[in-house]
Amino acid sequence: MIQAKSVTYFYNEAEVTPALKELNIDIASGEFVVIIGHNGSGKSTFAKLCNGIMHPTEGIILIDGMDTSNYDQIWEIRKTAGMVFQNPDNQIVATVVEEDVAFGPENLGISPPEIRIRVDEALNSVGMYEHRRKPPHLLSGGQKQRIAIAGILAMKPKCIILDEPTAMLDPSGRKEVMETIRRLNKEEGITIVHITHFMDEAVHCDRVIVMEDGAKLLEGTPKTVFSKVEQLQGMGLDVPQVTLLAHQLREQGVDIPDDIITVEELVEELCPLL
Amino acid sequence: MSIIIEKLNHIYDIGSPFETNALNSVSLQIEKGDFVGLIGHTGSGKSTLIQHMNGLLKPTSGKILINGFDITSSKAKLNEIRKKVGLVFQYPEYQLFEETVEKDVAFGPNNLGIEPEEVNRRVKESLEMVGLDYEEIRGKSPFELSGGQKRRVAIAGVIAMKPEVLILDEPTAGLDPKGRDEILEQILALHAKQGITVILVSHSMEDIARYVRKIFVMDEGSLVLAGDPAEVFSHVEQLEAIGLAAPQVTYVAKALAAKGIDIDPTLYTVENAATRLLELLRRKSHAS
Repeated sequence: MIQAKSVTYFYNEAEVTPALKELNIDIASGEFVVIIGHNGSGKSTFAKLCNGIMHPTEGIILIDGMDTSNYDQIWEIRKTAGMVFQNPDNQIVATVVEEDVAFGPENLGISPPEIRIRVDEALNSVGMYEHRRKPPHLLSGGQKQRIAIAGILAMKPKCIILDEPTAMLDPSGRKEVMETIRRLNKEEGITIVHITHFMDEAVHCDRVIVMEDGAKLLEGTPKTVFSKVEQLQGMGLDVPQVTLLAHQLREQGVDIPDDIITVEELVEELCPLL
Repeated sequence: MSIIIEKLNHIYDIGSPFETNALNSVSLQIEKGDFVGLIGHTGSGKSTLIQHMNGLLKPTSGKILINGFDITSSKAKLNEIRKKVGLVFQYPEYQLFEETVEKDVAFGPNNLGIEPEEVNRRVKESLEMVGLDYEEIRGKSPFELSGGQKRRVAIAGVIAMKPEVLILDEPTAGLDPKGRDEILEQILALHAKQGITVILVSHSMEDIARYVRKIFVMDEGSLVLAGDPAEVFSHVEQLEAIGLAAPQVTYVAKALAAKGIDIDPTLYTVENAATRLLELLRRKSHAS
């Protein structure tokens, strides 16, 4: 679905260090990938390149086989890989929820009856259908992000790239958004690329990619990546609290696995020992 | 007692169809020099409450005393209030506007009519307190800094007014884990050094659990829970019902306690949980 081949990116010619350095990432159709890394590691740069907002200085990015540097295909690329940003208030353009969701398909020149069907489907899919006639400013942050996701869904994407969509949300808003993303991936087979600083959001994905200095530093299942507690902490990243607790117990000689990432797993391992 | 809030009510748009009771008879007390957390989901009334503490909103009824000074009285002057209570908004870096970092941080104290020499001293001190190198950064434009640096400059601008109470609304939103820890540690150091009262508003239960001594929980404009972290996080079901949660490690302690293991179900930091679990494990290995 997404293939980055030896991608290097400089924000401007005067820069000495590139934002991305010969990055190779291959994301399969239907995969749920989480990208973590500290601020300035290149995560958002990668996301913007995937959406054709910027083009690689060197190397190429293919979205479903289409080269993002090929301007003739830019609408097709954006339709295939939709993007959701951090601040819900910056991505809502209309004064009524359903009009906002219709904005994307309208711009693609889709016929009005088809738009109606798509908007209703998209709103149902994110659980916001009953709010379709509300003004967006009356919604909570989590609800606004679900509207932003619905706006992407109405363009029938194969892939959604989310750049820290939960950073500004309260715990229930984060949960709503994460459940929506997970369902779209599982039930509708949409490829998900989720960028986040919250490690607990990475626990249920297929693959975690850790970025540092514009390159891929680690990648693997959540269990393999989070078992490298010290390496992640050394980079200024977190691991889930249960992983950290298990790690501290292991350091004191307690015999439990190093790849615990959920509360249930930890409780199950500890019970027989206590 | 640093802050006393008595039966604070705030009704938005009285008499219009949009009339909403944003604060419902909120009463609370915060000790001088305390470090407290304020939590609640979006729309629970947290921001309305803190805007009252800074005089940005006037209550429909009720009173707020800051170190004995009634800021809700009609005689209270706004710049008197601002000297007492510093408020750092969410995403404060959007409020930077001056040509240089130095001028931006000096803006607040200058407006309080403080002598230029004293202002300079405060600017230097405040920037150092948030972990920035004064000489290196003073002449830079705030707009060429990184996100984390901008946020620190914005916090320095509030600290430079030497408030008795510092309120921070989601000071770590959008920062990476390292940036988050640095800012929270600096706030903690400031609190320890200057004995300043700190109110931390956050959606991160883990951060709240790690730093504060007392938690106030808001829901639908009312104060629904108050107490030390162990007490508040023992009400997991109630917290979840109002869109909040307990730290992940509390769920582990709770599940173990439910299985009959002798562990406090309200443990809320990884360090305390590890210590207790190791005690239990050692006791068991001695017994066998």
